[in-house]
Amino acid sequence: MSDTATIPAPRFISRIRLKAPFLVMLAISWLGLMIFVAIFVDLLRPYDITAMDLGARLVSVGAPGHPLGTDELGRDVFSRLLQSIRVSLVIAFCATIISALFGTTLGFLAAQFRGWVEHLVVALADFQAALPFMIMSLAVLAFFGTSIWLLVCLMGFYGWERYARIARGLAISASAQGYAAAVVQLGARPSRVYLRHILPNVASTLIVSMTLTFPEIILMESGLSFLGLGVQPPESSLGNMVGFGREYLTRAPWIMLAPSLVIVLTTLSISLLGDWLRDRLDPTTR
Amino acid sequence: MSALLQAKGLIQQYSTAKTFLGKTSTMRAVDGINLTVREGEILGIVGESGSGKSTLGRLLLGLESPFKGKILYRGHPMPEPRTAAWRKLRAEMQLIFQDPLSALDRRLTVSAQIGEPLEIHGLAAGSERAERVAELIAKVGLRQDQAGSYPHELSGGQRQRVVIARALASNPRFLVCDEPVSALDVSIQAQVVNLLRDLQDREGLTMVFISHDLKVVRNICDRVAVMYLGRIVEEASSDALFSDPRHPYTRALVSSVPKIGAGLHGRIILQGEPPNPAARPSGCAFHPRCRFADADCAATIPELERHDGRLAACRKLRHTLRPAA
Repeated sequence: MSDTATIPAPRFISRIRLKAPFLVMLAISWLGLMIFVAIFVDLLRPYDITAMDLGARLVSVGAPGHPLGTDELGRDVFSRLLQSIRVSLVIAFCATIISALFGTTLGFLAAQFRGWVEHLVVALADFQAALPFMIMSLAVLAFFGTSIWLLVCLMGFYGWERYARIARGLAISASAQGYAAAVVQLGARPSRVYLRHILPNVASTLIVSMTLTFPEIILMESGLSFLGLGVQPPESSLGNMVGFGREYLTRAPWIMLAPSLVIVLTTLSISLLGDWLRDRLDPTTR
Repeated sequence: MSALLQAKGLIQQYSTAKTFLGKTSTMRAVDGINLTVREGEILGIVGESGSGKSTLGRLLLGLESPFKGKILYRGHPMPEPRTAAWRKLRAEMQLIFQDPLSALDRRLTVSAQIGEPLEIHGLAAGSERAERVAELIAKVGLRQDQAGSYPHELSGGQRQRVVIARALASNPRFLVCDEPVSALDVSIQAQVVNLLRDLQDREGLTMVFISHDLKVVRNICDRVAVMYLGRIVEEASSDALFSDPRHPYTRALVSSVPKIGAGLHGRIILQGEPPNPAARPSGCAFHPRCRFADADCAATIPELERHDGRLAACRKLRHTLRPAA
């Protein structure tokens, strides 16, 4: 206690640790690891994802050279898992961003122009909400074939109606009375009102919505891949690994359990992080 | 003094939602108002809730376009809302809101909000902008260290000062204050009213001051217009109106201001229902609650006429009705 004057300023890591609860720290670390894997997968994976070793088929977890075992063709599960994380994360990230951008833009347009624009957006949103998305995806992928970018765009249409509804509702209530009306009255253009004032104010709600959509998109992609319409072999994604692994569920459960665990941990981390971010981004609850 | 703003035959009506049978009813919030705001004066607009004060304020600022009638600002017609010309004109006319917390963006700091009109109208940037914001903060009596705080960290009176500073940023000529103090404590009301008064003295601003608080209006305004159900019933200089009200409604209003030592004696208590703009009485809208009304009052709408240097709209004023006390 005699030496209180020389306490150094907390470093970056410890500053974050002071602000974030333990569970959120875990979530951030896990997501950081996932992103790291997605970027450096080519350097990290010990084998090529298509490298078969027919002499070592269905090798169990912990075997020398194959930490997570091998699949029915003797391909290294660990290498395939790392590659799958990249593919699934890219799809989910791009799709979430497309969906958020598209939905929010439509919602703001509806709020700004009202009239028939609003009717159209609301009708489209209702249509989207009423349509079983899985059936529509199956139809689209069956007609146009499966390419990864088509898949991303398709997933990007998942959940946009939620953003549109939220953005429209919040923008209308903001411009009816309050800060947005005040800024319009100052002479600001609509672009300024929406981007500088309304968007930051509704961002917390949209971010929470994104953290809900992100895991759903991962699961949706997994589902489609499981059905054989998503990512096509030899390329591999988390869902596609689960799909092909189910045939060996009793004999080689590690093929399926490893990607399942990654899906669960990633979606959970994103939900935790989103919840925490919403509170952090709001100056009134800081 | 020349006219800064002229309103001619203003009518604003809103249609209420369709009923089950598909009928819409219209409600006239403002029903035929002629008004001149002179350069450099503070014009008070008083009336009950629902009398159309705030609608008139918004019309005068051009925030809504009137159903009928027109508004001339410096002799030119007011541009349509949300056009480029309208946006440009915002630098010259500003609104001060009743509820400062909802009028401020809770995610931006005080200095960012005060500087916003400068940015929007391209009036100042960089260090010049920071200087101007500091000057405005000093002008409305905030501390410089409050520049970085968020609206929820300030008290009600300080928030209203921020709103006033923002309104003054672009050096406007014309301010509409829509019940600027009714959401504040009495002690803070006085500070804000004095601030507005000082600003008007120093900068020669023209103001329209909307309020239902007669004490405040009497304190600050040069001229007062009394509204009842969307019409002006009496318009006079502040002194004349408060010392010698003529219209029966104005007399009831003025008698309701408590006087020290007078008790409740001499108060005129209005009978009948408060006015409903959707179901407007025939003839003079005030006749169901008026002590002097007769059959004629229910039949014809009185015009705003001149009575010894003031305007009043009452048929009874011409002959019989002289100030009683």
